[in-house]
Amino acid sequence: MAEVRLTGVTRKFGDDYGLNDVTMTVPDGSFVVLLGPTGAGKTTTLRMVSGLDLPDTGSVFIGGRDMAGLTPAQRDVAMVFQQYSLYPHLTVRENLAFPLRSPILRTPAAEIARKVAEVAETLQISHKLDNKATALSGGEMQRVSIGRALVRRPAVYLMDEPLSSLDAKLRSDLRVELKGIQANSGATLLYVTHDQIEAMTMATHVGVLDKGRLVQFGTPRDLYENPVSVYAASRLGQPRINVLPADVFAGAPQGASTIGLRPEQIHQGEGEDATVRRVERLGDQTRLHLAFRNHEIITVTDAHTALRDGDTVKIRPTAAFYFDAAGQRIA
Amino acid sequence: MSFSVTEPSPKTKWFAGVMVVGYAIVTLLPLIWIIATGFKSPADAISYPPKVIFEPTLEGYVNLFTERTRATPEMLEAAGPPETWYQEIVRGQDMVISGPSRYGARFLNSVIIGFGSTALCMILGTAAAYAFSRFRVPLKDDLLFFILSTRMMPPIAVAIPIFLMFRQIGLNDTHLGMILLYTAVNLSLSVWLLKGFIDEIPIEYEEAALIDGYTRFQAFYKVVLPQAATGIASTAIFCLIFAWNEYAFAVLLTSGTAQTAPPFIPTIIGVGGKDWPAVAAGATIFLVPVMIFTILLRKHLLRGITFGAVRK
Repeated sequence: MAEVRLTGVTRKFGDDYGLNDVTMTVPDGSFVVLLGPTGAGKTTTLRMVSGLDLPDTGSVFIGGRDMAGLTPAQRDVAMVFQQYSLYPHLTVRENLAFPLRSPILRTPAAEIARKVAEVAETLQISHKLDNKATALSGGEMQRVSIGRALVRRPAVYLMDEPLSSLDAKLRSDLRVELKGIQANSGATLLYVTHDQIEAMTMATHVGVLDKGRLVQFGTPRDLYENPVSVYAASRLGQPRINVLPADVFAGAPQGASTIGLRPEQIHQGEGEDATVRRVERLGDQTRLHLAFRNHEIITVTDAHTALRDGDTVKIRPTAAFYFDAAGQRIA
Repeated sequence: MSFSVTEPSPKTKWFAGVMVVGYAIVTLLPLIWIIATGFKSPADAISYPPKVIFEPTLEGYVNLFTERTRATPEMLEAAGPPETWYQEIVRGQDMVISGPSRYGARFLNSVIIGFGSTALCMILGTAAAYAFSRFRVPLKDDLLFFILSTRMMPPIAVAIPIFLMFRQIGLNDTHLGMILLYTAVNLSLSVWLLKGFIDEIPIEYEEAALIDGYTRFQAFYKVVLPQAATGIASTAIFCLIFAWNEYAFAVLLTSGTAQTAPPFIPTIIGVGGKDWPAVAAGATIFLVPVMIFTILLRKHLLRGITFGAVRK
């Protein structure tokens, strides 16, 4: 297990930045989730660390060693690909054993059998071990792909949306499983996802990428409670943060252009009138769609609320975020 | 009655069946005729109207594999009764066997040169196709076009320069010379076909193998090659068929040690020009290796022909 450090990593694809001067330290034994929309540079970051792609400028260090000039095999990383990339001519068992049979590891046969069985058990694919990799469902392929990484004990695990095509039940099972594996083995894990629940539940640290730039890096809680910009604030939180012109409520600080309100930053019962447009009952919580001075606000209220469409609610911001015209947080 | 858009109607199926059978008859008839001729007597082979029903004989095959000399009745008398069935057949023509013919050696030359050039062509072709498919090769498009352009003229157009070149460097009438020549002719087709196949293999498989602890070459060997097997097999069939059937270069550049079967077979007909059964026998045997090779790889060939028709 090892620390991963990127210093000033820049990679251009034509005129576009894949990564723009990214400096980041993934502490040893941490679970770092990279968030950002498609094209933000999440996958590119993984490819830089793995050595499948090389930075134009900047360096990548794993365990304090500069990775410049080292092949992916020499870097001792395991990666779960978004497109699974299972070897189609091999069975599930052979796919799982493939990294163990590499000339670098040369694992004895008995050891391979033991590890493959163990991983297959964890990922609930034991009954499919002798299937061809192509004769699996999407979810099974994804599990094999995760398994191919987990059979090894590399310096770093890199995972590119590994749970994206699993059904909800399996996804939540594996979330717990992955977190458990990481916590128990002390593995360093760099993880890309779109799913903020994965980010919130598994991450020790979250990195937010925007068009190749790392805009914020910190604990999930820090990111949620103390976002540096509208962009970073929008990455986490369900329902999403409401962003309104700053002057709709009194008391905006000097220079504020927009106000950001998460549901818990909207105090209900006093303040100004808003009209209930829609009530969404999700069971454990109820969402309110409010119309407030031509703006729509989505917030959360008591699960058994008596509010109905057309009712009026008084609302008041509490400890709101304020952002300037460029979207940077000012208060 | 239910209809399916994709399932052909019985009428269509019947029509397709008739077409396929008709086409098979048209293509197979010459083949059947050649095989039948190999078992005819010389008289039956050239009789008019052609004989469909005839008394089969192995005379053609015996003549194919033997050298014979005409013998006087006294000599036949002195030689005693024939010891084997093939001696008996030869005696029937008032001849005695003077030794084996050169057909075996010529056939072996064809095997060495045909399979040798195919193997070499596959090794070079796969390596080049992989490089063109995966690496940033300077002037890639121009190079690929240049490789293809070597195929645009009939190969025989350069026969004279090649003949002179081969004579100068001592490759005339050698196995190596013919293997190199056929490889050179086939390589352009191989590179293009194989590049198409390798392009279809997602690069992610190799990337996964690189991460899994393998070198680039090992990834190529363990991951790309097995998946390119279909392409390699179908390309190999095309190459073998060309090298196996090639006549013009073989006539020009081989005469003895390295002569292949195609230029040799017509010479079997003999001075009188009547030994058609032996020629037919030679042609029949000559067909066998390519047939076996194609049948062994036919699964790949079928898949190869339709490969790439559907984009994923």
